Amino acid sequence: MSSQDNSEENPPQQQDDADGGVLATRDNPFANPGLPPHEHRVQDIDERAAKRSERVVAGLFTLSMLSTIGFIASYVAFPVDKIVYVFPIGHVSALNLSLGLTLGLALFCIGAGAIHWARTLMTDVEVPEERHDIEATPEVREELLAGFQDGVRESDLGRRKLVRNTLIGAMAMVPLTGLVLLRDLGPMPGTMLRHTKWAKGKMLINENTHEPLRPEDIAVGSLTFAMPEGLSEEDHDFNNQIAKAALMIVRLQPENIKDKRELDWSHEGIVAFSKICTHVGCPISLYEQQTHHVLCPCHQSTFDLTDGGRVIFGPAGHALPQLRITVNDKGYLEAMGDFAEPVGPAYWERG
Amino acid sequence: MSTATDTRRKKAPAGERVADWADSRLGIYSLAKANMRKIFPDHWSFMLGEVCLYSFIIIILTGVYLTMFFNPSMGEIVYDGPYVPMQGIRMSEAYASTLDISFEVRGGLLIRQIHHWAALIFVGSMFVHMMRVFFTGAYRKPREMNWVFGFLLLVLGLFTGLTGYSLPDDLLSGTGVRFTQGAILSVPLVGTYLSMFLFGGEFPGHDFVGRFYSIHILLLPGIMLGLVVAHLIMVFLHKHTHWAGPGKTNTNVVGTPFLPVYMGKAGGFFFLVFGVIAAIAAVATINPVWAIGPYRPDQVSTGAQPDWYLGFAEGLIRVMPGWEIDAWGHTLVLGVFIPLVIFPLVLLAIAVYPFIESWATGDTRNHHLLDRPRNTPTRTGFGVAWITTYLTMLIAGGNDLWATHFHLSINGITWFSRIAFFVLPVVSFIVTKRICLGLQRRDKEKVLHGRESGIIKRLPHGEFIEVHEPLSQDQLHTLTAHDQYQPLELEPEVDENGVARKPTRSEKLRVKLSKGLYGEDNQIAKPTVEEYKEITSSHGHH
Ligand code: HEM
Ligand code: FES
Repeated sequence: MSSQDNSEENPPQQQDDADGGVLATRDNPFANPGLPPHEHRVQDIDERAAKRSERVVAGLFTLSMLSTIGFIASYVAFPVDKIVYVFPIGHVSALNLSLGLTLGLALFCIGAGAIHWARTLMTDVEVPEERHDIEATPEVREELLAGFQDGVRESDLGRRKLVRNTLIGAMAMVPLTGLVLLRDLGPMPGTMLRHTKWAKGKMLINENTHEPLRPEDIAVGSLTFAMPEGLSEEDHDFNNQIAKAALMIVRLQPENIKDKRELDWSHEGIVAFSKICTHVGCPISLYEQQTHHVLCPCHQSTFDLTDGGRVIFGPAGHALPQLRITVNDKGYLEAMGDFAEPVGPAYWERG
Repeated sequence: MSTATDTRRKKAPAGERVADWADSRLGIYSLAKANMRKIFPDHWSFMLGEVCLYSFIIIILTGVYLTMFFNPSMGEIVYDGPYVPMQGIRMSEAYASTLDISFEVRGGLLIRQIHHWAALIFVGSMFVHMMRVFFTGAYRKPREMNWVFGFLLLVLGLFTGLTGYSLPDDLLSGTGVRFTQGAILSVPLVGTYLSMFLFGGEFPGHDFVGRFYSIHILLLPGIMLGLVVAHLIMVFLHKHTHWAGPGKTNTNVVGTPFLPVYMGKAGGFFFLVFGVIAAIAAVATINPVWAIGPYRPDQVSTGAQPDWYLGFAEGLIRVMPGWEIDAWGHTLVLGVFIPLVIFPLVLLAIAVYPFIESWATGDTRNHHLLDRPRNTPTRTGFGVAWITTYLTMLIAGGNDLWATHFHLSINGITWFSRIAFFVLPVVSFIVTKRICLGLQRRDKEKVLHGRESGIIKRLPHGEFIEVHEPLSQDQLHTLTAHDQYQPLELEPEVDENGVARKPTRSEKLRVKLSKGLYGEDNQIAKPTVEEYKEITSSHGHH
């Protein structure tokens, strides 16, 4: 038998009424038999059990009170910097632990008590309540629509087109004021993202020692971080500048450098690349000495520093920009200009 | 001389007098009369919405406390507080005040941790609550609006979480903000402008903490509060759905009254949730901002991870190949932009499913009885596929962690995730649907042949059979109460009057969808009374 027949017996449109009234009939073993009789709980028939429930609930509420007192006591007793060792959590703040546990217990016991009360002592007789459609009756609907039309007619909106059209115009335009006000949220980008603090003749300053770097400071197999001369951590815009200017320097064997331009822009095998990942801008921090690959810890983009900073793995879309360097007459490493292309994540105007 | 009413008034207890006072000014009695004894059905899955509500309240309470101490400023200072490892380090006032809350304000750390844990639980419970509404079809008419409101709450919850996470201006959150900014930059045409306007200039600038702060504590929670209230009013208005069963119909609601039972249970449950979260915050550290230090754009820590609910976006961005198209002096950063678009699209997919379903069925009836997930295999399959997509990307978001913990190749994991993103949802869809159909078949068996009793009987001629106990009428009704849709058919190309009409494309699509949902392979026809009678009477002849 197909369900087609079934649905014809019981077309959806009539289901609502059918469901509402049907009780068990002999003809239809699937009919709704109606609410089953209420099954009594122990507490409903045995007053001793009910008393026990009452004691449990009261006990929980009392425990909550004690816990609150414990909370206040902990607040007063433990200094804010006291660290204790608690197995198995480890070294933790005594104050945080005691406040949290006493507060947790004080709240939990109120909850557990209330729920136990509701479950064992309050009625558990399930009762039905009729549902009513929330939509209005046709009469109410008619009445409302008529009223609405009266209102519209009395406003004269339909007849006086000029009022209507200018109103629409005014309402459409007034939000522009808000939009205009947003203009000063920030500057126009201009070419800001193309330039960094690097310029011809700026020395490479070691980020750790704050000293200018000499070629001999760059050891084989280590990653050195540098910033441009003249930038100081005290500067108001230090973070903005370092977000673009951060540099990493490694020493390679010149014969290992596969990219011709990279070799030209290096100094005795020392190459300087932007430290800012070209994916979404995390600083690159991991360096693999054998392969001269650097890895961004955020999404694992990997760049080959012997091959023009090419991406060899990961979600980054283009090579790391290289900074052209040389040595000045005092023997310090210096930049021969700014980066030739924007550093960091790509953007629409980058090109 | 005192009048009769005066004496009554004097005798009335104080509480009642206050209520009378309020009623004659606000009309609260009529409002309360309609709702005080309202019937609420009971089922564990109906508590999930309550968990959302309670964690939301906890977040607001603890959040207000935090605003008393947090200083949303990116002005720089040198730390001289009690936390030794940070002394002498330059940092923003936002970060320093977060350290103060953690180390100087008594109980400040606890409230911070409750706030963060409650936020994680809030978003988590919204997901689970949404899935329960989804799998049971509770979103059907008349509750579609409430589905949409709920969905908006989920989306706003994600953004509130993201902005809140960024406020302490520590190294971890700053890395997350950088990620956000890099993603914004990838938007074609306007990305650079959006970034400049959001950050007040170049990244990081000095504005974002203050701006995120007002978004996080005022704008988004304000909207959410309004939506939550509307959401709950609608639950009252529609009355809660309930499961089919004896005595329960599409036109009634069976349960216990709001006052006192539901109030006792629900009110108690609030304290339970609060208590558990407080205890978690006591023993489990969350977001230890002091561990790695203040944000600097040129520093990073390994293993940076967003809060779990954004792990999906993290995964998408990790597994996406780095496509970039340079042409005509512009760059289309597909490698970042595509994940940025997929994220809302995936969220949207589940949000619009109810509307696609109701279009395919053309059903305009009210539905107050919940569906058992097995009885709607396509819907259930879709829901599971959706969850699978989410989880796959969540796992991909931790590809470095999997690689280091299990000594796997990160390349391998990435490729696995890429393939899984396309394959696993399909597989899980098919498998789920099969399971649902299997369960439907089993229900049908049970209805027609009874429940396996586990008792083996030997028939006179030596055959062994298992005795099947017939189901009670309660059970019979419960297992057959659902209605089954018939798939739509295309109208004949020539109608009764002999006029040819071509079905439109949307009609064709609708028929296809309807077949996919309710066609032959997509549901098992439920047993009919005739089938049942035939079988039971033939049993009698044995
Ligand atoms: C701030 C977040 C939320 C809060 C506080 C909240 C709260 C609640 C509560 C207390 C209920 C009644 C109990 C229950 O059925 O669980 C409910 C029902 C409902 N919720 Fe939510 N919810 C939230 C988010 C969501 C989300 C994300 C969705 C779906 C996208 C959703 C859709 C619904 C629907 C359709 C109902 C009616 C269910 C029925 O009558 O069976 N809600 N909500
Ligand atoms: S930011 Fe470097 S890989 Fe994403």
